[in-house]
Amino acid sequence: MTTTRNAMPQAGDEGIVVDGLKVQFPIRSGVFRRQTGIVRAVDGVSFDIPAGTTVGLVGESGSGKTTTGRALLGLAPVSGGGVRIFGESQAELAARPGALPRTCQLVFQDPFASLNPRMTVGAALSEVLAVHGLAGREERARRVQTLLDGVGLRPEMADRHPVELSGGQRQRVAIARALAVEPRFIVLDEVVSALDVSIQGQILNLLIDLQRERGLTYLFITHDLGVVRYVSQRIVVMYGGKVMETAPRDRLFSVPHHPYTHALLSAVPLPDPKAERARARLDVRSEPPDPAAPPPGCRFQRSCPFATDLCRSEEPPLRPVAADHLAACHHMERPEVRQALTTATQGVSA
Amino acid sequence: MNAIPTRRSEPSRPVLEVENLRVSYGSAQRPIHVVNDVSFSVRPGEALGIVGESGCGKSQTMLAVLRLLSGSGRITAGRARFEGQDLAALSARQMRRIRGHGLALISQDALSALNPSMRIGAQMAEPLVRYDGMSRGDARKRCIELLEMVGIPGAATRLAAYPHELSGGMRQRVLIAMAISGNPKLLIADEPTTALDVTIQAQILRLIDRLRRELGMALVLITHDLGVVAGVSDTIAVMYAGRVVETAETDRLFETPRHPYTRALLDSIPKLDAPADRRLQPIAGLPPDPLRPLSGCPFHPRCSHAEPRCTDGLPALEAKEPGSGHLIRCVIDPWRAAAAGGRTSGLTGASRP
Ligand SMILES: Nc1ncnc2c1ncn2[C@@H]1O[C@H](COP(=O)(O)OP(=O)(O)OP(=O)(O)O)[C@@H](O)[C@H]1O
Ligand SMILES: Nc1ncnc2c1ncn2[C@@H]1O[C@H](COP(=O)(O)OP(=O)(O)OP(=O)(O)O)[C@@H](O)[C@H]1O
Ligand code: SF4
Ligand SMILES: [Mg+2]
Ligand SMILES: [Mg+2]
Repeated sequence: MTTTRNAMPQAGDEGIVVDGLKVQFPIRSGVFRRQTGIVRAVDGVSFDIPAGTTVGLVGESGSGKTTTGRALLGLAPVSGGGVRIFGESQAELAARPGALPRTCQLVFQDPFASLNPRMTVGAALSEVLAVHGLAGREERARRVQTLLDGVGLRPEMADRHPVELSGGQRQRVAIARALAVEPRFIVLDEVVSALDVSIQGQILNLLIDLQRERGLTYLFITHDLGVVRYVSQRIVVMYGGKVMETAPRDRLFSVPHHPYTHALLSAVPLPDPKAERARARLDVRSEPPDPAAPPPGCRFQRSCPFATDLCRSEEPPLRPVAADHLAACHHMERPEVRQALTTATQGVSA
Repeated sequence: MNAIPTRRSEPSRPVLEVENLRVSYGSAQRPIHVVNDVSFSVRPGEALGIVGESGCGKSQTMLAVLRLLSGSGRITAGRARFEGQDLAALSARQMRRIRGHGLALISQDALSALNPSMRIGAQMAEPLVRYDGMSRGDARKRCIELLEMVGIPGAATRLAAYPHELSGGMRQRVLIAMAISGNPKLLIADEPTTALDVTIQAQILRLIDRLRRELGMALVLITHDLGVVAGVSDTIAVMYAGRVVETAETDRLFETPRHPYTRALLDSIPKLDAPADRRLQPIAGLPPDPLRPLSGCPFHPRCSHAEPRCTDGLPALEAKEPGSGHLIRCVIDPWRAAAAGGRTSGLTGASRP
């Protein structure tokens, strides 16, 4: 292992800086697939991930989480804004052959779809090492064993095919493959969503251990707030391609400011029937905006119980509500809004 | 018979009664049992939650009830009755009618259950026209109403859409709309909200709950999310390796979980109200392979309370306090004292004796 690549991050080291990121996709229709519009999948997103920490990215289905994660790795068409990765611009990194994939890796929700069914686990891992020129032929087998060991898999797993593994084992293989290049930053997109709760715990503990050992930086994308609270230091909440709120974990769960964050928190089912019945909910009908034609003003206006004419005409800027805590809502300081929101999260936050 | 007790005391007849059900695959000489000795009943308006790890037999139980087992899958013991009728005795045609009407299923692989080359409206209207004798026009109106009920905006225009033009969450809602379109007496929902995000999930669960109250529909909800069953069901059955290992009224089960497996499941979820820095306690190891059944309690290799006598024979599913309706399948019963002495804090950190 090269020590320089994996030096533990120091306080103040620049991690990942996302600044005004925009990603747009063309909408094509008809027989000739003519472009008839654009989807603003990610529409001016900014946040930082300090080196060695985890940011949790949550939000409604279709809000742009996956697209954001892909854009950080140069896998989506960025049309505005920029990304800095450990002090270098993404463009600089991309210009050096192999530098981007060796620094940043992606792990997906469905490990089955991302693993080649015809290759044994060992062959798949050695291939990654070979492609990146990370180990000579003789050394590879040994490195494969180290990688398997690192994710808690027995050596004989190297001879298995993906179908012969359980869901949790496959996800471990996918993580081992991402770790093979010794990246410093990993985007984890819904990596435990398809797993049983018991296996979920094993993978989450593994990710946290790997982070502590190797100083890894994570962007953890999920729609499960229990999971995100467990793994992240900071949380970013997206809706309709925009950041609605971002704060340190405990603050986000205890004093959320954006009505959408509240809607999310009050929708989480609690594994406690009494608490579940007793809790006041902030009921919202989920009506996400059409990403091809978002309404003027706030993206959350159609689902928001507090929306006024101002919300329907002017877009609320992301502004500070406290040190290190930003939210984008015109009315979040109004006493009646604070009041309603405080009751809605009772019983949820620790 | 170990029928699962129910919350309501009025003696209405159960909609569904399952008795000592066993489901097997493979040849008669070397059968592989994937569901074993499972019993429960559900009355009108009641909700039963079935939880357990992947592969424990939740789906196979309900597919057997609906006579939808594939391949060599068959019921090899016990029976299922729908409104008193033995489902195994019905003709294929009668069974189809019950499935279209009385007994609706939202299946786990819901997203592949829609026909990709048929518009949503046509798929939804077909059973309404065929089984309810509705005119095309009435069926269309009913489809719009159903889509609005499940919270799909712009329902009228969505009827012309093909499945791939809807997001995953919307497709799931279309299937729920189809399942409730015949006002079923019993809805079997197999992981109906797993693919959805929490705000839509909450909306769907509220909808199912409302239908249950308004239409007196009974519900069997299969899920691995203990939070979902906590809010929705009256009674819960926890399954492990093809068998029910614990069952009780929902409140009682969450307050005083008694089976080590149930405790372990509760301990393994990242909860919103637990200290955020507490390490998760996943259940080590994997459930047994149905090809190699274990002797004794099937949970013993993973159980932190196991003693040598756990391997002696299969523990019976029994009420440790007669009349409590709380049945467990464990010879050790580690929380016996705690349960007798009042409540334990069942949810935050299991108290190891
Ligand atoms: N390749 C693509 N072409 C066109 N539109 C796309 C493409 N990829 C994503 N989109 C659109 O961009 C928006 C954001 O999608 P994205 O996958 O980032 O959402 P998400 O937040 O990850 O949702 P989910 O929780 O469902 O995974 C959606 O409206 C989606 O339809
Ligand atoms: N066609 C089949 N042939 C043989 N075994 C099968 C078949 N279908 C299912 N099984 C086995 O039956 C057992 C129970 O499966 P079932 O689908 O009921 O699990 P489940 O509890 O619904 O799990 P999940 O949460 O993953 O849906 C599993 O061990 C599975 O491998
Ligand atoms: S800006 Fe207005 S519409 Fe948007 S969340 Fe705040 S109150 Fe609701
Ligand atoms: Mg996504
Ligand atoms: Mg299943």
